[in-house]
Amino acid sequence: MATTAHGAHGDHAHDDHAHHTPTGWRRFVYSTNHKDIGTMYLVFAMVGGLIGGFMSIAMRMELQFPGLQIFHDSHQFNVFTTAHGLIMIFFMVMPALIGGFGNWIVPLMIGAPDMAFPRMNNISFWLLPASFTLLLISAFVEGEPGAPGVGAGWTIYAPLSSIGHPGPAVDFAILSLHIAGASSILGAINFITTIFNMRAPGMTLHKMPLFVWSQLVTVFLLLLSLPVLAGAITMLLTDRNFGTTFFTADGGGDPILFQHLFWFFGHPEVYILIVPGFGIVSQVVSTFSRKPVFGYLGMAYAMVAIGGIGFVVWAHHMYTVGMSTGAQAYFIAATMVIAVPTGVKIFSWIATMWGGSIEFKTPMLWAVGLIFLFTVGGVTGVVLANAGVDRVLQDTYYVVAHFHYVLSLGAVFAVFAGWYYWFPKITGYMYNETIGKLHFWLTFVGVNIVFFPQHFLGLAGMPRRVADYPDAFAGWNYVSSIGAYVSAAGLGVFIFGMILAFVRKEKAADNPWGAGATTLEWTLPSPPPFHQFNVLPRIK
Amino acid sequence: MADAHAKPQHDYHLVDPSPWPAVGAVSAFVLAVGAIGWMHHMVPGAPLVFAAGAVGVLYTMLSWWRDVIREAEHDGHHSRVVQISHRYGMILFIASEVMFFVAWFWAYFNVALFPTDVHQVLRGELIGHVWPPVASPDGKFRGTFDPWHLPLLNTLILLTSGTTVTWAHHALLHGDRKGLINGLWLTVILGALFTCVQAYEYAHAAFNYSGHIYGATFFMATGFHGAHVLIGTVFLIVCLIRAYAGHFSPTQHLGFEFAAWYWHFVDVVWLFLFACIYVWGGGTPLAH
Repeated sequence: MATTAHGAHGDHAHDDHAHHTPTGWRRFVYSTNHKDIGTMYLVFAMVGGLIGGFMSIAMRMELQFPGLQIFHDSHQFNVFTTAHGLIMIFFMVMPALIGGFGNWIVPLMIGAPDMAFPRMNNISFWLLPASFTLLLISAFVEGEPGAPGVGAGWTIYAPLSSIGHPGPAVDFAILSLHIAGASSILGAINFITTIFNMRAPGMTLHKMPLFVWSQLVTVFLLLLSLPVLAGAITMLLTDRNFGTTFFTADGGGDPILFQHLFWFFGHPEVYILIVPGFGIVSQVVSTFSRKPVFGYLGMAYAMVAIGGIGFVVWAHHMYTVGMSTGAQAYFIAATMVIAVPTGVKIFSWIATMWGGSIEFKTPMLWAVGLIFLFTVGGVTGVVLANAGVDRVLQDTYYVVAHFHYVLSLGAVFAVFAGWYYWFPKITGYMYNETIGKLHFWLTFVGVNIVFFPQHFLGLAGMPRRVADYPDAFAGWNYVSSIGAYVSAAGLGVFIFGMILAFVRKEKAADNPWGAGATTLEWTLPSPPPFHQFNVLPRIK
Repeated sequence: MADAHAKPQHDYHLVDPSPWPAVGAVSAFVLAVGAIGWMHHMVPGAPLVFAAGAVGVLYTMLSWWRDVIREAEHDGHHSRVVQISHRYGMILFIASEVMFFVAWFWAYFNVALFPTDVHQVLRGELIGHVWPPVASPDGKFRGTFDPWHLPLLNTLILLTSGTTVTWAHHALLHGDRKGLINGLWLTVILGALFTCVQAYEYAHAAFNYSGHIYGATFFMATGFHGAHVLIGTVFLIVCLIRAYAGHFSPTQHLGFEFAAWYWHFVDVVWLFLFACIYVWGGGTPLAH
């Protein structure tokens, strides 16, 4: 990545047009500034993460012992699993990685003064609080007869989400997803246009930093997969309220159709969650190894390949619905192919570190942690890709362990890697290294204690989405719950570290990371001016 | 310029702060709450809440696009590079719309291609293991439309409207405002005619919207297409008003171009609907 800038970054001394920069609440509510909008996304993601994280602690408290501990009934527990999944996906990881870091960093990295559609950028953000509120309301209105909330899982499979939940709760969840989807589609259009049309002179696609590549692939997945989800949940809405029979068997409908449509969105969605993380890891590993990324082009096109193949593997989530053997064989093969570009990425990160001048600053710890733990999740993914093995493991804790290794130990580690990496740039303050490292180690140990035993539980046959279980599963469930408390302690250290950084106000340098940080955002002051690059940088 | 030193040395459009995104988001929320309250009869005033939300959304669209037009026509913010951004934006929006229709075609082919699937016991009994289905005992499906009757007429109407909008476009490129206005009038009239014919056809359908998969797939797929025809017609009417107001030049007329692109997109979706649902899936239609 030869993205060295020269000239063109002394523009920060200028004041901005006074009449173009409202102050107070209007600065944010009326914002057309990618950095302010990015900040709102990051704060929103933190709120979402705390609520979703609180739910996971409650679930681990419930599962610490056999029998019901803190929930009235299993429906209430299922409401928590459903909300936890939807919140962590739509209101934590996506706002943090795409809305937050994407908004903040993509224009800086490509040398653009803002996004292509700054006003549309703001509605992408403000639709999210609207959507989140609808989802939260759904927890308090009737779902199952006589019981509040949606307990159908984040996948809201019909007919459990249709005739199984006659109350309005599912409709609140559906419209919440519609609005979140509209937000993401508008954001995707914005990012693609920005990246294609607003790169600084000389920055060809093949000179673009890998984080920008990762965002480009991600938003293409959003653009093409979310409308299919919108169609599916619209069918669910009309089935529930207007008497259509898309998913109702005695009206000629097909419940499996919902699963196909859902996973045609849902599988690209899991890459939407992790691919921006790939981009962050590439930047961080390169910075703290003081080396360019090994195999830059291979890394870029590996993400393109992962995104492309990600569209044609959806039915590996549905091996047990009665598909033909031929279809299962195809989906096994296609799924396993994804391991190839993923391997390209893992090995290229290792090759980047190889012989580098490695510095284990906090962002690097999170990135290396991700490489290790995402690989574990990737390997169990290859196990689950086998339809025969999946006969045993479908809907067990093995699946829960797998997707938490790639998401809560993959995507969330990427969120924290990006957070510590760009915190000095975004806030202008340095965080405390010791506290950052303590946060990492507590989380690393904690999440492994939570999720590694869940492999054993799954292999022993414990189903997911249950509030109670036979005594035989008690041991590892207890261990898993202890891990959740360790992770929660890590989260406490994170919040303490952030408060400390804002109290101490230790000024960050323009580039606190040294010669390894070569992308354009490090040529700007920390924090950057309200409008950067009034004179566009030229890329060699 | 007083603050000339801060004037950006680039052609991008740094948009002024705007209240419309937040107003639009709040309106969407109100709309959703009202819709659910109405559908579930939760509170007596729910339809009014829904209406308030709808008015808010429409007001947001009106104000927002009025701002865009002002920025383009009066403030000169739409430089060449900004125009390219707008083109990307519209193409990508249409791409997402295509994927939305993929969902409805998927639902249709899920039943139309596999009527004999042995796993689908209840479906097989209802549709008689054939597509189009046999008449259902409850009368919710009695027969299909004759594709070579009104649907063919509508196909011709839409195809013709595709040519008239191209006529308007060429007139605009040659600076012929009269031709632009005439072409747009014809396109709008043809679009409205299509909607009327479709409404007439809906009223004479030999199948119900609810209770049968044929009606569900037919009405939702053609219904969403119809909604897009209405949106496209409104888009063209806005262009017509702007043409009367003297907007658009032979070199800069993105609003018109996007209306034309959208209209062609709607046209192509119809051709797929006509070919797949009316002709291929039509079987032996009822005579009417």
